[in-house]
Amino acid sequence: MPYIPHTAEDVRAMLDRIGVDAIESLFDEIPRALRVEELAGVPAALSEMEVSRLAAARADQDGRRLNFIGAGAYEHHIPAPVWALATRGEIYSAYTPYQAEASQGTLQMMYEFQSMIAGLTAMDVANASLYDGASALAEACLMAVRAHRRSKSARILMPSTVNPVWRRVAGVITEGQGLVLEPVPYDPARGVIDATVLERFQGQDLTAIVIQQPNYFGQLEDAEALTRFARANGALVIAAVNPVSLALLTPPGEWGEGGADIACGDAQPFGVPLSSGGPYVGFMACRMEHVRQMPGRIAGRTVDLDGKNGYTLTLQAREQHIRRGKATSNICTNQGLLMTAATIHLALLGPAGLERVAGACAARTRELVASLTALPGVRAAFAGPRFHEAVLQFGRPVAPLLEALAAAGIVGGHDLSRDYPELGHALLVCATETRTAEDIEHYARTLARLT
Amino acid sequence: MNRTEPLIFELSQPGRGATAQYPAAAASGIPETFHRRRRPPLPEVSELQAVRHYTRLSQLNFGIDTHFYPLGSCTMKYNPRVCNSLAMLPGFLGRHPLAPDATGQGMLGCLFELQEMLRHVTGMASVSLTPMAGAQGEFAGVAMIRAYHRARGDTARNEIIVPDAAHGTNPATATMCGMKVREIASLPDGDVDLAALDAALSPATAGIMLTNPSTLGVFERRIVEIAKKVHAAGGLLYYDGANLNAILGKVRPGDMGFDVIHMNLHKTFSTPHGGGGPGSGAVGVGKRLLPYRPVPVVAQDGDRYRWLDERDLPESIGRLSGFMGNTGVLLRAWVYMRILGAAGMRRVAEYSTLNANYLLARLTEAGFDAAYPGRRASHEFIITLKRTARETGVTAMDFAKRLLDHGYHAPTTYFPLLVPECLLIEPTETETREELDGFVDALAAIRREAANDAATVKAAPHTMPVRRLDDVRAARQLDVAWKPASP
Repeated sequence: MPYIPHTAEDVRAMLDRIGVDAIESLFDEIPRALRVEELAGVPAALSEMEVSRLAAARADQDGRRLNFIGAGAYEHHIPAPVWALATRGEIYSAYTPYQAEASQGTLQMMYEFQSMIAGLTAMDVANASLYDGASALAEACLMAVRAHRRSKSARILMPSTVNPVWRRVAGVITEGQGLVLEPVPYDPARGVIDATVLERFQGQDLTAIVIQQPNYFGQLEDAEALTRFARANGALVIAAVNPVSLALLTPPGEWGEGGADIACGDAQPFGVPLSSGGPYVGFMACRMEHVRQMPGRIAGRTVDLDGKNGYTLTLQAREQHIRRGKATSNICTNQGLLMTAATIHLALLGPAGLERVAGACAARTRELVASLTALPGVRAAFAGPRFHEAVLQFGRPVAPLLEALAAAGIVGGHDLSRDYPELGHALLVCATETRTAEDIEHYARTLARLT
Repeated sequence: MNRTEPLIFELSQPGRGATAQYPAAAASGIPETFHRRRRPPLPEVSELQAVRHYTRLSQLNFGIDTHFYPLGSCTMKYNPRVCNSLAMLPGFLGRHPLAPDATGQGMLGCLFELQEMLRHVTGMASVSLTPMAGAQGEFAGVAMIRAYHRARGDTARNEIIVPDAAHGTNPATATMCGMKVREIASLPDGDVDLAALDAALSPATAGIMLTNPSTLGVFERRIVEIAKKVHAAGGLLYYDGANLNAILGKVRPGDMGFDVIHMNLHKTFSTPHGGGGPGSGAVGVGKRLLPYRPVPVVAQDGDRYRWLDERDLPESIGRLSGFMGNTGVLLRAWVYMRILGAAGMRRVAEYSTLNANYLLARLTEAGFDAAYPGRRASHEFIITLKRTARETGVTAMDFAKRLLDHGYHAPTTYFPLLVPECLLIEPTETETREELDGFVDALAAIRREAANDAATVKAAPHTMPVRRLDDVRAARQLDVAWKPASP
């Protein structure tokens, strides 16, 4: 019996103690008519050896391809210690740290993660993770409505340069509470929000504006000007940021005058593998004045009976297990293990390593854009500074190109024709520090052969 | 074992680093106006310092791998190591979520099989794997209920009925979906009060959220009657799958009349809790809610697999995550289910129930009070320490803390809220009889100690890295992030 330790003698002795003759008797409160006798559709058991062989064959089938997609999930080098440590049983098999005295390791790691995120974003406080970047943005919108008591409109400006899937997720999650997510068009030449288009909203009741930096196209928004507009019009600022870029870019806490109010994003680039989409790790930070409106777990440093430092879950009165129907969110389990991986990753890279990674990402993407736009019929869609992604336009549909590239072992980019039909045959490409000059050259050569 | 560990920031020295991890320096080319003025305050430590620091921190934790962890409603069973090692095969880890479906046939095949297995063990018409935790599964469920009523033009239904024993996530989810919460009482025997249910049902009823077996550790015997009443009133039934472990392969939520369910794969299907996630809250739906499933869902077209999205399911409630949910968690659940097989599913329910009833019998013999005497335990049960608390002043919290000194993680305390001084105990099927016996002995010893030396119990724990922590100070003098000293 896999993972069940009972011997026949155990079962007999235990049933005796309970005072029944068979395990089946323990289910006698379930109405007979409801009982299911057979589980058709669940296959027979495999041994560990058999399932390992099956899984290995399937993993090999998916193989390793040369990846040039970002679009919200980024391939970075993951230092070997990250997962060697994160999968230690004391971390991997622990629960949410409700018993603080027996969970100081988890709690201190939460505190360190919160400190790192607060430091990177230059915000006062951070929580100990949310599910992923998309749901973190949704939670940030809900939080802004709670935090901005004077605003009655629950209206949030959501520029079309924000990741379109994140926008959709925010719509789904906030809909029940009546939020209005108002689109803002982008400047077609630069692929960023022109602060002057916001003038049409001047004098209106706006709860918040979302600014993604770098934006979905990889372009750098004028976060300063957008934040100044928000301040002047009484709206809060929600920053959605790529955390690697923060090694180089002005952090949300220092945007405009006074900085953003809430910063969120996905910390997947810190030690979390692509893994076909998850599990990743959403993060959220805010100004101290909004901390009681923040969703998710927060670890705090305090003292024990002897006055010694220790860590505990704090501000739990915000949470569902205490506040039930009046909680800030229904979130309970978050992404603890991925938070741990991100913390270890950041400890290993430090400020100098992270700066190198960010610099290499920007440099490799510049080289990628230069190589691909040197091919006939390929051009960069937008001018202006960018971080590690770019939109390229082609003279013909990109879907067949992507298929041909995949057959050649290259995952060539993300087709934008569905989300941004106005861009024509457009591809969002990305290169991180993991792509070498040879990789980029290989991509360009393969593409040249196909076009 | 070390007892304290400084913060990683306190180990930092300017100019130090794990340099083997750095890529070569390259100029970013980003204009100065976008640059941050000061480097972020991240620690500067060597690779060995980081490895030693996080190894030492791990040693301050209890986990399933180190201790019996009978946390009620959390299903802290063994997380087989093979589930992790196979989900972390490079072929699975390296794939970008937006790469063409053709490059992910192996992963999609596993996920399709998982959807099918979950559909069969729950008796539902279809499963969507995308919710990232139980609470998000609940959100998806209530959003689907809302979409169903709305599509029928039945827009006045804005109330969700929740029993008083429910997890806090249930009412929180209802609120998040813009619903009003109507709480109904439980009877002294632990079942739902049908008279209270009748009184709560109305043309405003959108649905009811139930956990069965409930968080009181008993099976709701009149579930068929409840389903009839709710359906007759025009509402739908939501099944909170937190306790699915207790009935796996024995009785299915779909057969009980539930329209929508979520499963906690990190409980029933043994994916790791990771110190608070990742979870996975796959949802199953009955026929009525098929059009509203959250996307994406895996479909099989001949011998190929592909994702169904908004174009395939235009009435879907939509997306809940940036890509498709917690894939790596789903792969772990797939490995677990393939190793257990159909017979193993049933054994999960059988042996978790055997362990719970044995533990309850032994504790009752030892003089502890069952909260619901005369009822069978499901895979968990409640004892109330009200009597001991009255006689000695030693509370359920004190017992919980003293158990840590005996080498056992505490059960869930003070939940459900309606049982005073309660411990909700869930041993799971993967524990040995010896481990359960040791736990009974520890609880009995603590009760003796409470009578003779209450002060020692009330000051517990005594052997942990820290003693009891000042939670009031933590909330009042908020210290939630390390800050560098001002230059």
